[in-house]
Amino acid sequence: MDVTTSITGFVALYIFMLAAFTGYEIIGRVPAILHTPLMSGSNFVHGIVVVGAIYALMNATTPLEEGIGFVGVLFGAANAAGGYVVTERMLEMFKPSDKKKA
Amino acid sequence: MNPNLIIDASYFAAAFLFIYGLKRMSSPVTARSGIVVAGWGMAVATLASFLYYFGATKSGNPQATRNLILAAVALVIGLAWAWRSGKKVAMTAMPQMVAIYNGLGGGAAALIAAVELLGAKADGYVELVVTFVGALIGSISFSGSVIAWAKLDGRINKTWRVKGQQLINGTVMLITVVIGAYIVGVAHGNAPPLLVIAFFVGALTFGVLMTMPIGGADMPVVISLYNAFTGLAVGMEGFVLQNPALMIAGMVVGSAGTLLTLLMAKAMNRSVSNVIFSNFGVSGDEQQGEIKGSQKPADAGDAAINMRYASKVIIAPGYGLAVAQAQHKLYEFVKLLQDAGVEVKFAIHPVAGRMPGHMNVLLAEAGVPYDLIFDMEDINGEFKEADVAVVIGANDTVNPAARTNKSSPIYGMPILNVDQAKQVYVVKRGQGKGYSGVENELFFADNTNLVYGDAQKVMVSMIQAIKSLEGGGH
Repeated sequence: MDVTTSITGFVALYIFMLAAFTGYEIIGRVPAILHTPLMSGSNFVHGIVVVGAIYALMNATTPLEEGIGFVGVLFGAANAAGGYVVTERMLEMFKPSDKKKA
Repeated sequence: MNPNLIIDASYFAAAFLFIYGLKRMSSPVTARSGIVVAGWGMAVATLASFLYYFGATKSGNPQATRNLILAAVALVIGLAWAWRSGKKVAMTAMPQMVAIYNGLGGGAAALIAAVELLGAKADGYVELVVTFVGALIGSISFSGSVIAWAKLDGRINKTWRVKGQQLINGTVMLITVVIGAYIVGVAHGNAPPLLVIAFFVGALTFGVLMTMPIGGADMPVVISLYNAFTGLAVGMEGFVLQNPALMIAGMVVGSAGTLLTLLMAKAMNRSVSNVIFSNFGVSGDEQQGEIKGSQKPADAGDAAINMRYASKVIIAPGYGLAVAQAQHKLYEFVKLLQDAGVEVKFAIHPVAGRMPGHMNVLLAEAGVPYDLIFDMEDINGEFKEADVAVVIGANDTVNPAARTNKSSPIYGMPILNVDQAKQVYVVKRGQGKGYSGVENELFFADNTNLVYGDAQKVMVSMIQAIKSLEGGGH
């Protein structure tokens, strides 16, 4: 594999463990009011899969691999873009009451 | 400069921006900026990934340029379609849209695995096993999310269920896992393509089988579960591709999504396995307790005037409110009550709407400030002091049978204690039952009156009643 970083065995486990705790801590104390936007927001974040799909497609050598990679990039891009738009639209609407009363 | 260094640096930046963005998203004050921050992370990482082109040309891939163009085209099409559909979708249809975007992400992770497996690129037991587990989870998330989308969108109305379903599901799962184990253990990754395809067919079928029997009321938990699944699948394929951005983002979402799923299931007083394996909503054979009393209708105008002279009103909105698009009129009515000195609060059940927190979004859309909106635990003690509780388009979430009737399928689910208010008004289209198909004894209680009609029309006549009252008073 033609990447400078090399993540094997326990290093991968350390990354996974720390990332898992990070996710847990971020969501742990969130009020229920934000559950939907956060689900949508985390849905957007795993849209990063598009990057992996681009890598797979770039290194494809047969038409079959190219076809699968193409659909992969398509799906990943839709995940990222859709997740972003929907989350942004939802969060834009959350406003406190004091503004209007003034 | 070494393109790989730029790629690595931008992935590092993306991982930081994702985590920082999610952190900001966890408070309503900073949430909006959070998604923008995370968005920049995505943009940076995606652009940098096109630098893989140099790696591909260097390793002598003759199709590198064609692949570059294909990647750009796929990116633009996917982006444009999702951007348009995301901008257009109504807030009521948000849950199924989240489901479909999520499913596509899971599909993308599975497709990455497919490229690795069909090209026999992964080697070593650890790498192969991780590829397969990611492929399995990603495929289930994809086909399951598509079914969830179709159900929420009303394209599939039946909860399809057969005898021995769990046996069938178990068999499909077992065959899929055995195929995967064979490819790893016996064929060492060099399996005939047909076998790899059989593996994916099995995994996709399992996703469908697993989701079909789940009733609409449980869908939010399922969508959240698949969201976590996609995260895990992305994290695993990230390991296979040696891509730290995918590993970190995927695992953060995997654990956050799992926690969110558990919180939601807890709010419904059910375990996640209960949601997936139980026969909730199948009903028909449950013992319906004898319901005493009768349903007493009330005029919308009378109800409005009663509220105008109350000192405290709590509103319990449900999905029916959003279906009737009455949330704007409701807030207009609430403002009239507030001007008359009435204290008004909104009480939100954790599963009001089609996704936890969905109702908050719908009320926010109508301009209701979030400090008037209260979660169930925070407001349930206040119903005793309320003069009037108004239920609009909600049913199962206010059904006292959940507290008292052990044979009811919703028994044990926490509910809003609207029945403790001095007077309860239920705005309702007709005499139908709720999503779970259970009769609601609240509607027959002595202190309950039903205002029949479309929620929007009811709100309009309530507004008129108050306005004519104020007009006549001068």
